[in-house]
Parts: sequence; structure tokens; C-alpha cells
Amino acid sequence: MTRYDVAIIGGGVVGTAIGRELSRYKLRIAILEKEVELAFGVSKSNSGIIHPGTQHSPGSLKGRLCVEGNLLTRKLARELSIDFKEVGELIVAFNEDEYKRLLKLEKDARALVVPGLRIVDRAWLKKNEPNLSNEAMAALYAPTAGIISPYRWVYDFAENAVRNGVEIHAETKVENILFKKPDFEIISSRDNFLARYVINAAGLYADEISAMAGVNNFKIRPRKGEEFLLDKKKEDLTRHLLFPLPSKTSKGILVTRTSDGNPMIGPTAEEIEDKEDLSTTEDGLKKVLEGAKRLVPSINANDIIAYFAGLRPTAGDDFIIRHEDKVPGFLNVAGIQSPGLTAAPAIALMIVEILKNNGLEMKKKLVFHKHRKKEFHLFAIVPEKAKGLIQKDASYGDIVCRCEMVSAKEVREAIARGAKTMDGIKFRTRAQAGRCHGSFCTPRLMKLLSEEARMPLAGVTKRGPGSEIVKKERARG
Amino acid sequence: MVKRDLVVVGGGPAGMAAVIAAHENGIRDILLIERDQYLGGLLNQCIHTGFGLDYFGELLTGPEYADRFIKKIRAIPDIEVSTRSFAVRLTGDRTLTYLKPGGIFTVRPKALIMATGCRERTREMIHIPGTRPAGIFSAGLAQRLINIEGLLPGKEAVIIGSGDIGLIMARRFILEGAKVKAIVEIQAKTRGLTRNVVQCVEDFGIPIYFNHKVLKIYGKNRVEKVTVAEVDEGMNEIAGTRTTIECDTVLVSVGLIPENELIEMAGVPIDKGMDSGIFVCGNSFKVYDYVDSVTSDSEKAGKLAAEYIKSAVS
Ligand SMILES: Cc1cc2nc3c(=O)[nH]c(=O)nc-3n(C[C@H](O)[C@H](O)[C@H](O)COP(=O)(O)OP(=O)(O)OC[C@H]3O[C@@H](n4cnc5c(N)ncnc54)[C@H](O)[C@@H]3O)c2cc1C
Ligand SMILES: Cc1cc2nc3c(=O)[nH]c(=O)nc-3n(C[C@H](O)[C@H](O)[C@H](O)COP(=O)(O)OP(=O)(O)OC[C@H]3O[C@@H](n4cnc5c(N)ncnc54)[C@H](O)[C@@H]3O)c2cc1C
Repeated sequence: MTRYDVAIIGGGVVGTAIGRELSRYKLRIAILEKEVELAFGVSKSNSGIIHPGTQHSPGSLKGRLCVEGNLLTRKLARELSIDFKEVGELIVAFNEDEYKRLLKLEKDARALVVPGLRIVDRAWLKKNEPNLSNEAMAALYAPTAGIISPYRWVYDFAENAVRNGVEIHAETKVENILFKKPDFEIISSRDNFLARYVINAAGLYADEISAMAGVNNFKIRPRKGEEFLLDKKKEDLTRHLLFPLPSKTSKGILVTRTSDGNPMIGPTAEEIEDKEDLSTTEDGLKKVLEGAKRLVPSINANDIIAYFAGLRPTAGDDFIIRHEDKVPGFLNVAGIQSPGLTAAPAIALMIVEILKNNGLEMKKKLVFHKHRKKEFHLFAIVPEKAKGLIQKDASYGDIVCRCEMVSAKEVREAIARGAKTMDGIKFRTRAQAGRCHGSFCTPRLMKLLSEEARMPLAGVTKRGPGSEIVKKERARG
Repeated sequence: MVKRDLVVVGGGPAGMAAVIAAHENGIRDILLIERDQYLGGLLNQCIHTGFGLDYFGELLTGPEYADRFIKKIRAIPDIEVSTRSFAVRLTGDRTLTYLKPGGIFTVRPKALIMATGCRERTREMIHIPGTRPAGIFSAGLAQRLINIEGLLPGKEAVIIGSGDIGLIMARRFILEGAKVKAIVEIQAKTRGLTRNVVQCVEDFGIPIYFNHKVLKIYGKNRVEKVTVAEVDEGMNEIAGTRTTIECDTVLVSVGLIPENELIEMAGVPIDKGMDSGIFVCGNSFKVYDYVDSVTSDSEKAGKLAAEYIKSAVS
């Protein structure tokens, strides 16, 4: 049985950010993930916003880690070569009453030291956000809000962590945790592992994992959020991320943009029971359209090209991040709802401190590879460079996905970097993510996956076993 | 940058008819660009008969229909055919950029004909809620998987939409030994040809529900079922009519949209393109029912482009 200093349960943004941070130290580390690929949990379906920290009470963990995470994300994004775009957000007030609440938000945000805050008036909004509703009266402007691709963020953390020695076990579902002094024994669907420290970053299932270790003091309740993406042709719909005033449980229906340039509207916020219910609803669409049109009246349902739902793993109002003294060596990182994507790098630093304070010896490695090499997208670089690339490698000129112009080269690279499924390819390259939804490129992508990952065509899946794309391969003749 | 008299983008029936007509009208310097490995466009995957009755006076399969034009083009040395070539950029002055494995090229012809075909509308465009499991296909994709790749997309299908492609795919599924549980059509009657309703649906006893819509798609990894209900004139669900159909596949056949991204990129309004030497024909101009009319209309486009080129010279 392999023995690790630290086992991290969960390969979402939190687990991989922690893994990457810990990989600076002389430790043997594993990330255990139940799905076929990383980022197939909550971290794949969210708004992709790196929040500035404008919507949290000053005393909360969420607030502090969000502001810190926003700052850290910039530096990490450079090191790991991921696009982070600072676009700024506007929280919009429509009447006197909302304006008063806006001032309270500003006060809280100032207490959290959110940088660059400013209340802007109607005239400013008219000039700087032309499609915003005429009813808008004023807004709180937070320039440090940004956007990032949430799944690529996970893959980049993971790739760099692996480069620095972290081991990743996918399709490894943790089923029990036993304490065998001085180690934990982790029983999984695949292998069993020994670990001195266990970090529970299992998202929606963090309560079950915690219970396995004997800590039963919280429950994860899923809160569904439905989101709707608009055609890239509408990229210029808004300049900033637009928010209404938040409600008690959510930030409200937003008008935002993904890092790939699609405007996005949503999310809803609905308490549900089933942790696997990722369905969108007619009602959800109605609510989202209503909320989004209040901010930007020109939004049109005909521009919707995709939609999805995500579940926020909530456990009360705040994050739970702590060493469980009752079970020494067991750490919970649970209830990581929004702004978990933003806070992840700050959570990772907090975990380092907690581990140090609880007896783990942490010595830095002599060599830590902090950079990750950037992959190229042909249409994101200057034509001369594109020409050079195609001449060097012909398959850059072999376009597979017509809507997003993804080449065979990029798909092969994605597979080499770990994509094992059609969704894995989509998340990494955007092939199938455009307006035709893979109607055109599916057969070619299946062939590439089958060739590169050496699997039969009928074995190609959307997102793991049970999601095979086709039912059978016919004998030809 | 290379100069040409005529460049045609798209080697389907529209593009092929256009280059041949342009040649017949005196143009000698012609480049035909096709992103696929072969000419023929959509016809390559339409292995059923139903083509050519108007134009050739005989009933052909898609590939047979295409082959007649491919042979003709091969016999004309003035027409240069560049396959595996993907047009990616167009500007208002007709400068076209295309990619080919190994190279990126720009060309500026005296006239340009866009014959890029159409794409299928998706489940997302008609906002069917539910989950996003494997097993949801556009009908054209399913057709390609079966007819060209030799793969069976599913065993028990519900088809949304009763246009010709949906009807033809219903029969195709049955012939492959799969089941078609239902065709669900929101309108009161089919958009497809009577001949297809009879030959593809009625002859096989496939239930077809008019004035019905799919409310929601279920299934985590693979499609498991859909809910269906009758609708009123406003397309709203009529209470008490909801039923569930178990299936592992949903085929979406809810219409085609002309593919015009390049012309939009160039900022040229389609109806004004002719003034700047940019012509559009075939399904990228409007969605046709019969390929025969695509051919005849595209021949006109080829002729018009030839006249444009000649008038520009003199
Ligand atoms: C609709 C929506 C919008 C959001 N928008 C934003 C936003 O704009 N900005 C922001 O900062 N945050 C946002 N969030 C929050 C953010 O997405 C989450 O906080 C974050 O993704 C949580 O990451 P995680 O790693 O904790 O969880 P996950 O990504 O779910 O990772 C946990 C992993 O653990 C695995 N796992 C579970 N059980 C086991 C087991 N038994 N064995 C092995 N592995 C297991 C899961 O498969 C999963 O991959 C949003 C959330 C939602 C739902
Ligand atoms: C699934 C299906 C079934 C059909 N069944 C029938 C039938 O039974 N009977 C009938 O009469 N009609 C049928 N049709 C209609 C008929 O096939 C079409 O009307 C006809 O193919 C349209 O011709 P086209 O040349 O305009 O488009 P297409 O045949 O689609 O050709 C367009 C070509 O342009 C190429 N292209 C597109 N963009 C680029 C680019 N950027 N760079 C380079 N090349 C590009 C494409 O690869 C393609 O080869 C069917 C259509 C579909 C979709």
C-alpha cells in the first residue's frame, strides 16, 4: 500500500490548488478523485468570476479569502499561463432603497479592503455601460473583478502539481477512512492508501467523507444554479460584469461573460435535495431571462446557445476550513460555495498554515517548477506566428471544430495532457463548445480520442463509463 | 497574396454547380475550396434515393448525384480543386484566408462565391430543459455516424421534429435494428415531403405525435427518458396530457440555418454582396427542400459571377 504524507480527497479547484501549493514542499502527496477526469464536479459549472470581495460580511472567512484569492489569482495566472481578464464589476441599484443598501455593501467591502471601490452615477453608467437599463440609478464599481476558465484553471493547477511530484488517482472513489496509528488508511473503489494527513475537499460530498473519518458536525446542502450562455457574436453586450443587489442566499441573476467571450446570464439559486440533479428547468430559464433583462433589456432568448446547472455545496453561511482536533491529521475544507473558485489559492495557503500548526514538517524543495508552458490557439496569436506554427506542424492547419476553429494539433495535445473523454476535450480546447454543439466535429473527435488514447470508437464516452457516445460499432461491408 | 478570377468556397452541390456554370460562361482561372477530404458536401451522407428527379429526370442516391458533378469538374483542368482547405477569414474587399494542413493562404479573387451550406438547429436553440447526457444528437450527425462512420448512435430513439431529415433518420434507425419510440412534432402537420412521411414513417408504423412537444430530457450519463405533452395554439403544455417515454437517444431535427459566418465577418449584407463581387448560393443562401433546385439556382450564381468578372475586366 502506498503511503503519502498528505492525501487530498477531491480533484476540483480547491483540491488541486492545495495540491499545487503543497508541491513546493518535500512531501509525498496524492489527489484522489472519483470521476474519470479532474474538474468534473462543482468546479466545471459555475460563473467563472474571480470576485473582488464586495458581497461578504467583514468577519467572514469567505470575505477574507475572496479578497486574498483575487490578489493571488493574478500572480498564479501568470505563472501557470492561463488567461485571466480583469474586467471589473458593477453592482447596480435601481431605486433609493437599493441605493441605501449599496452604500452598506460599499462599507463592508471597504472593511475587507477591496481595492479601487467607487460609487458611479447615472451619467458614468450611460457612458461606460451603454446597454445597461436606463432605470439604473447608480452602481458600486469594483475594478478588480475578473474572469477565468474554471476547468482550465483546475487542469493547470493539476498539471503543474504533477510536474512537481504530486500523484493523481482518478476513478478512485473514497469509500471509507480508517485510523491505523499513526496513519489513516483510505479505502477506495480502486486501491487503498495510507496517509499521515487527509484533506477533505470533496465538494458536494464533503459531509460524507467527513462522516467516514468520524466527524459528523455539518451537512452539505446543494443549492442549484442554472446558467445560460449566449452566442459569441454578442461578445460586446456588456463591458463589465453586471450584478443586481444580492439577496440573502445569492448574488442574484448576473450578466457576465466567460473567459472565452460568450456572454452568460444566471445563476438561479434553488435549494434542492439531490446532489446529482444537474437539470435545467423551464422555470429557471424564465427567472434568468427576467433577471438579466432587468439589467440589460436588449438580451434576447434567441441568442442562447447553451445552458447548464451547477450545485453550490453549502454548509451554513460560511466556508468550513479547519483541522478536526477530534481526529488529529484530518482537515475539512467544506461548504466551499461561491466564491470558492476565487478563494481557492488563499484556501491553499491557509491549509499550509493549518498543517504546519498541526505537526507536519514542511521543508521547501530546492527546485520548484512554478511555471507551466502555454499551449497555443491558432486564432489567438498573430498571423505570422500562426504561419510559422503550421509550417512546423501541419496538423495545426487541420481544423477539426469549425465553430471554435480548433485544430487537430490542439486536440491531440489536450489528450496528451490528460483528456480522456469528449467533455475533457471540450473543456481544454473548446471543440464542441460553439454554436453547433459538436454536430460537425463529433465523429472526428471520437476518432482522435480513439487513436491517441487507444480505445475502440464504441468506448469513447462523454464523461466516463455509462456515457458512451454510440451504442455499437457496425461491421462494415 | 494570390490573385484569381473566381474562388468558390464549399464543394457541395451548390459550389460544384457554380464552378461548372462559371466555366461554361468563359471563366478560366477558378479555385474551388472544400474543407472536407472529398467534394459532394452533405450528399455524401445521404445514401437514400430521392435526388435528381427534377434535374436529371431519374432517381439517384446522394453520392450518385454528387458523382455526376465531381466527374464533370475533374474533366475541366481550368478548375483547381483544393480539398482539406478551410476558409477562416473574409474581408469586405474579397480577401479570403484559408488553412490547409501545412499552410495558411490568402487569395483575392475578382469574384467570390460562398456555397458553405447550412448547419442544424440544436436542442439548445429551442431551449429544451433537462440534463445533458450522452445520447442527444442532431439528426444530421446521427446520419453521418451511421452512414459514414458505421456507428450506431442508439437503440431506442425519440425524434424531435418531423422535417425530412428527421423522417429519413427514423427509417434509418429501424433499418439498423434500432427502435423509434416516437416522432414528436410541435406543429399540427409535418414540414417534410409526403413521400417521406409515407415511405419512412407510415410504412414502418412509427408513432408520430403532432401538436406535442418534448418538455424535458432526463438521464445522468446517458439519456433515460423524455417527458412529452400536448400543446395548445400558443405552444403551451395542455394540463393532463403529460406522458413519459423511455429511450436512450434523442434525435433533434428542428430545422437548418444557413451558414454565413464568413460573410458576416466581412460585414457584407448578403443581399448587397453582388455589388462587391461576393455571391452566395445553395443552402448558405436559403435552406432548400430539393438539391435539384440548389443546382439550378447555383448555376445562375456561377453565371452572374462570370458576368461580374468580365465586366470588371472590360
Ligand atoms: C452556479 C454556480 C456559480 C458559481 N460561480 C462562482 C463564481 O463566479 N466565482 C467563484 O469564485 N465561485 C463560484 N462558484 C463556486 C465554485 O464553483 C465552488 O466554490 C468551487 O468550484 C468548489 O470547488 P471544490 O473543489 O470544493 O469542489 P468540486 O469541484 O466539486 O471538487 C470536489 C471533487 O471531489 C470529488 N469527490 C467527491 N466525493 C468523492 C469521493 N468519495 N472520492 C473521491 N473524490 C470525490 C468530486 O468528484 C469533485 O471532483 C459557483 C458555484 C455554482 C454552483
Ligand atoms: C441531413 C440532410 C438530409 C438531406 N436529404 C435530402 C434529400 O433526401 N433530398 C434532397 O433533395 N435534399 C436533401 N437534403 C438537402 C441537400 O442535401 C442540400 O440541399 C444540399 O446538399 C445543399 O447543398 P449546398 O452545396 O448548399 O450545401 P452542402 O452540401 O452542405 O455543401 C457545403 C459545402 O461547403 C463546405 N464548407 C462549408 N464551410 C466551409 C469553409 N469555411 N471552408 C471550406 N469549405 C466549407 C462543406 O464542407 C460542404 O462540403 C438533405 C440535407 C440534409 C442536411
